Amino acid sequence: MEMLQVVRADGEYDAKLEPNLRDEDLKKMYRYMLLVRRFNERMLLLQRQGRIGFFIESTGEEAAQVGSAFALARSDWVYESYRDPGVCLVRGVPLKTLVDQLMANADDPNKGRQMGVHWGYREWNLVSISSPVGCRLSQAVGTAYAAKFKKDNIVCVTSFGDGATSQGEFHSAMNFAGVFKVPVVFLCKNNQYAISLPVRRQTASANIAMKAEAYGFEGVLVDGNDVLASYKAMKAAVDKARSGGGPTLIEAVTYRMGGHSSSDDPSKYRSTEETELWKTRDPITRFRRYLMKKGLLTESEDRRTLEEVENELVSTIKESEKVPPPTLYSMFTDVYAEMPWHIKEEADELMGEKGQ
Amino acid sequence: MTVMNIVQAVNRTLRDEMRRNGNMIVLGEDVGRDGGVFRATEGLLDEFGAERVVDTPLSEDGIVGMAIGMSLYGLLPVAEIQFMDFIYPAFNQIVSELAKFRYRSGGQYPAHVVIRTPYGGGVKGGHYHSQSTEAYFIHTPGLTVVTPSSPHDTKGLLLSAMRSPDPVMFLEPKRLYRTIKEDVPDEEYLIPIGKANVVQEGSDITLVSWGPMVQTCKEALPLAAKEKMSVELIDLRSLMPFDIQTVIQSVKKTGRVVVAHEATKVAGFGAEISAQVSERAIDSLKAPIIRVAGYDTPFPYALENSYLPKPERILKALRKASSY
Repeated sequence: MEMLQVVRADGEYDAKLEPNLRDEDLKKMYRYMLLVRRFNERMLLLQRQGRIGFFIESTGEEAAQVGSAFALARSDWVYESYRDPGVCLVRGVPLKTLVDQLMANADDPNKGRQMGVHWGYREWNLVSISSPVGCRLSQAVGTAYAAKFKKDNIVCVTSFGDGATSQGEFHSAMNFAGVFKVPVVFLCKNNQYAISLPVRRQTASANIAMKAEAYGFEGVLVDGNDVLASYKAMKAAVDKARSGGGPTLIEAVTYRMGGHSSSDDPSKYRSTEETELWKTRDPITRFRRYLMKKGLLTESEDRRTLEEVENELVSTIKESEKVPPPTLYSMFTDVYAEMPWHIKEEADELMGEKGQ
Repeated sequence: MTVMNIVQAVNRTLRDEMRRNGNMIVLGEDVGRDGGVFRATEGLLDEFGAERVVDTPLSEDGIVGMAIGMSLYGLLPVAEIQFMDFIYPAFNQIVSELAKFRYRSGGQYPAHVVIRTPYGGGVKGGHYHSQSTEAYFIHTPGLTVVTPSSPHDTKGLLLSAMRSPDPVMFLEPKRLYRTIKEDVPDEEYLIPIGKANVVQEGSDITLVSWGPMVQTCKEALPLAAKEKMSVELIDLRSLMPFDIQTVIQSVKKTGRVVVAHEATKVAGFGAEISAQVSERAIDSLKAPIIRVAGYDTPFPYALENSYLPKPERILKALRKASSY
């Protein structure tokens, strides 16, 4: 299977394959990628300082996030993964809203109910995340079915890692998607690891994209460290889905440069040589080289963008840290539409003890 | 009024609601062309078409996952899981996803799916077509669990389930599917979720039950009457939320309680009823609370009739409670 690539690691590119994007969009993509990189670094630091509880970084996967999200319409639905802060940002979620989630404060639309990186924003059609991987795929198929049923011209995208493809639910969802031919795009970001286990131990298949064939639809292999290739593959898949062509499985080949989460030590299971090799394929360095070759970015502009991003992060963290935690009573709401008597009793008892 | 059995009540109620609500979808294994293995969805495919009556591939997690996704987008999916014993591949979808969507998203994504599934023994089905595992689901905050015991209740409770904003496990007593026939009003009526039904008033013993076991309890009533025991039979109808008030009111009058269910005894829902009664009405109790339940073994095949609580076993428990 051939892997789609537009820009090589050295920034050289195939002009015939370049997607039709405006210069402004290319610059925006770059800025988002920088923001995601610095967001990851900053948040991991906050976790180490005990200012947030838990974090999962997506360093090295910025291109696959930003490129794919750029190809979506505002009305499309996304079952994003916890390694998708870039997808949230591109879709319009304010940076502060993401930081609020990590702080689990009263401004978090999820009301601080979940540990960090479990995004979910109804306003931007980003569906609330759970920790068990794989279970969101059939949900995405259901949403795509519903959209098709209602004759809404939208596509439903679900993003997951290579580990999720080992779950039985991956099979169920791919199978249902093929049978019902719904407008869904499965985006597998193969970052080479599911916590400690390398992808060759998740599957004996030569790649993940080829699995689509068995379900009766197209699989596409793409260089996930190439933001333009990531965009192009997703754009083709959503265009096809929108015009009634059914599902696509995209495998974006990338690399998890950091640990699985803030609780992980990757030096236990992989070599420095390997990490160093992937550093030479860094998606941001590559895109920077491309933009400079195209005359769309200068050294000083690059420095200025990075500064802007840094400032935005610093001021956002400061703002978010001022927000109080959710109210005690909020622990008991939203279990059901209306609070049943037994939960009300428990809430009253606790609130009474606290004199609230 | 139309005389019908429980399967017919399910069928008519689904049909009526599909006529009323164009966003309602029925999905599951064999629910379309075949009309369901128990015929609960018979005729729906012809009337509403394959887009709304969806024969799915054989995958319970796929069915529930897909239903959740439909629901988040604004449809009302009513999923059928062919037997409750087959529901476990979908357990993660039900307990980690369906039950928690509203809460974990801070109310942004309420997921409303009705899962209909036949449960209980008495049909010579061995353990994979007989178990009563309502307790797993009652134990999961976010789920509503309902079980009817008659055609009349089936209609009123199923309608309430479909109109509820919360996910509902609708457990159908398969043993009673075709055994009870009664008049069911043709017009629409809702039986509120969370309200118990006092089947028979009495002054000596409170007998609490639900689902298929209500029928067994009813059969025990004349036997108890012969022995001059006045039994108040309560059909909980809804297990989460459950109507503790009605139970406590009754216990304050009788002072004696027997809980009867088909599920295994240890950590069954009868234990919860027992704990609630002792927390709220210990002063009224004149005897220990007695549970009549399935034995704590896997559901047997050849010995099914000895495993399932029969009217005689309920009578024995009533005697014990009354003579303590």
